[in-house]
Amino acid sequence: MSEVKNMNKNIIEVKNIVTKFGENIVHDGVSFHVKKGEIFGLLGGSGSGKSTILKEIIMLTQPFSGEITVLGHSLSKIGIQETQELRKSWGVLFQSGALFSPLTVEENIAILLKEYSELDAETIKDIVRIKLSMVGLPSSSAKLYPAELSGGMRKRVALARALVMDPKLLFLDEPTSGLDPVGAQEFDKLIVGLRDMMDLTVVMITHDLDSIFTIVDRFVVLGDKKVVIEGKLDSVMKSKDAFVEKFFKGDRARHRIRI
Amino acid sequence: MKTDQATLEIKQDKNYFILFCSGKWTITTIPTIIKQLKIFTQNLHKNNTVYWNLEAMNEFDSAGMLMVLKYVDKCKDLGCETTLSGLNKNQQMMHDLLRQNMTEAYLAPKKSNFLAHIGEKSVYFWKDFIAFLAFLGESTMALFYSFLHPSSIRFRAMVKHIDDSLVGALGIIALTAFLIGVVIAYQSAVQLEKFGANIFIVDMIGISVTRELAPLITAIVVAGRSGSSYTAQIGVMKLTEEIDAMKTMGFDPFRFLVLPRIFALMIALPLLIFFADIVGILGGMIISKIQLNISYSEFISHLRSALDVKHYWVGLIKGPFFAWLIASVGCFRGFQVSRDTESIGYYTTVSVVNAIFLVIACDALFSIILTELKI
Repeated sequence: MSEVKNMNKNIIEVKNIVTKFGENIVHDGVSFHVKKGEIFGLLGGSGSGKSTILKEIIMLTQPFSGEITVLGHSLSKIGIQETQELRKSWGVLFQSGALFSPLTVEENIAILLKEYSELDAETIKDIVRIKLSMVGLPSSSAKLYPAELSGGMRKRVALARALVMDPKLLFLDEPTSGLDPVGAQEFDKLIVGLRDMMDLTVVMITHDLDSIFTIVDRFVVLGDKKVVIEGKLDSVMKSKDAFVEKFFKGDRARHRIRI
Repeated sequence: MKTDQATLEIKQDKNYFILFCSGKWTITTIPTIIKQLKIFTQNLHKNNTVYWNLEAMNEFDSAGMLMVLKYVDKCKDLGCETTLSGLNKNQQMMHDLLRQNMTEAYLAPKKSNFLAHIGEKSVYFWKDFIAFLAFLGESTMALFYSFLHPSSIRFRAMVKHIDDSLVGALGIIALTAFLIGVVIAYQSAVQLEKFGANIFIVDMIGISVTRELAPLITAIVVAGRSGSSYTAQIGVMKLTEEIDAMKTMGFDPFRFLVLPRIFALMIALPLLIFFADIVGILGGMIISKIQLNISYSEFISHLRSALDVKHYWVGLIKGPFFAWLIASVGCFRGFQVSRDTESIGYYTTVSVVNAIFLVIACDALFSIILTELKI
């Protein structure tokens, strides 16, 4: 944590990213930054390249040009050792969970502890159990395989897996899609709670209006290959962009604002 | 005192213990603390008093706080008066969150003994067999339906599968059949030369290749190539819910997926066997020339009298039966794929192993029946 404190306040900086798939240009000069301790939302219509930029930040793909800095490491100049360290310091929740299918729920959550810590089996079990309970799953689900779980349960297990090392940085790809409203609300509460306690920084792609209106601190809205707007909810709401207009002033959102 | 390590100082005054927790209590640092705490709680007696002081703990994570909670509980369980103090706001929040989520330990599953294991396997095997029979029944129903309504046969899909399993397999079939011919010729050349019965190599190669080896080798290669791909194709469709989508649209998966594959393989396999016959005999012919000095014309003229056409027909007639087994098992295992990706690999393996076994068993059955019938 002290390492994080000494750094400048931006945990992630994205500068002038250009991404191409063949002839198809996805990003044409995208820049934004994520501050320490905030819950940051990535918004945009389908095909606006939200998932692509997230993949570039977590080093699954590389942009055509531009510069991404995560926790003080420039991703284009990073060495193998540093990459490994960086990967240990974040947790990622994939949209479909991406649980390892030959492993049980318990083994899925414990795998990082087993590989990267020197804890004994009993302590690992204690930690796994508490994480399961934190994401709202009964301890009886520990012995099940991912194939035996419902979609919402898989997502919760995946969140437990992403949180198991208490990362400083958490990436979530549509965390609440596939959860029931009660579950989604609990999920939001858990994320805010962890952020407050642990200085967690959260970057999430979301379409969930509840999350956007209640827990997200700042957003960037992507559209037309560029950043449409970056800022807090009220400044984003003032934007005249077509997507923002539709998204925040459509029937579903207007209903919420009136409340 | 280092701040990047976890430190636990224990001060004792008769029955009073004070635990000073300081430094960084996180996943990477707590293993040593856990050992220390285990020893401490082992030596603890009833009616001792334990004070926990967390004032100097400057960094923590959920694992670190969980260990505090766990050993606080252990002290209480031992009957000691236990107090926890010095928590800052964040530590208190984490403490409360973890306390809320402390649940009962789950029970480890029972270990089954050897006999129970055999029993489970037997029941599984029996159920699997019944399911396969049901599958065969359903595909036969679909087959009769197709005969009564020839317009419902998916000819286009069938042609595509014939192309995949016939044309695509020619190369590998040629190679294996040729090598089989070569191996047979080499092995028998040595033996026949001893008796001076060189010319009988033609009978040897002609009959063994056409009657047994070409059909069997071809079927095994096709089981590995097409049978496995049928399982994987249908398995992926099951995984992505395509098959459910088809059903809701009223497309019978048997008619659209299974029958075209079965028909295609039943047409393709005999043709492949015919091809393998030719290449296998060619391989034998070349070795006969090299090893035993039998010229090609001599070989072919002797082949005419030695190789009765019935041997060739016996080999060819096995083709559709083998094909039916391979395609049925391939499709059946594909439909058994469940929701996880791992099961595709599992059922593909099972499908190939089953298909090869069934082909060999069917071949043995043919041998017995044909021998009894004196064909």
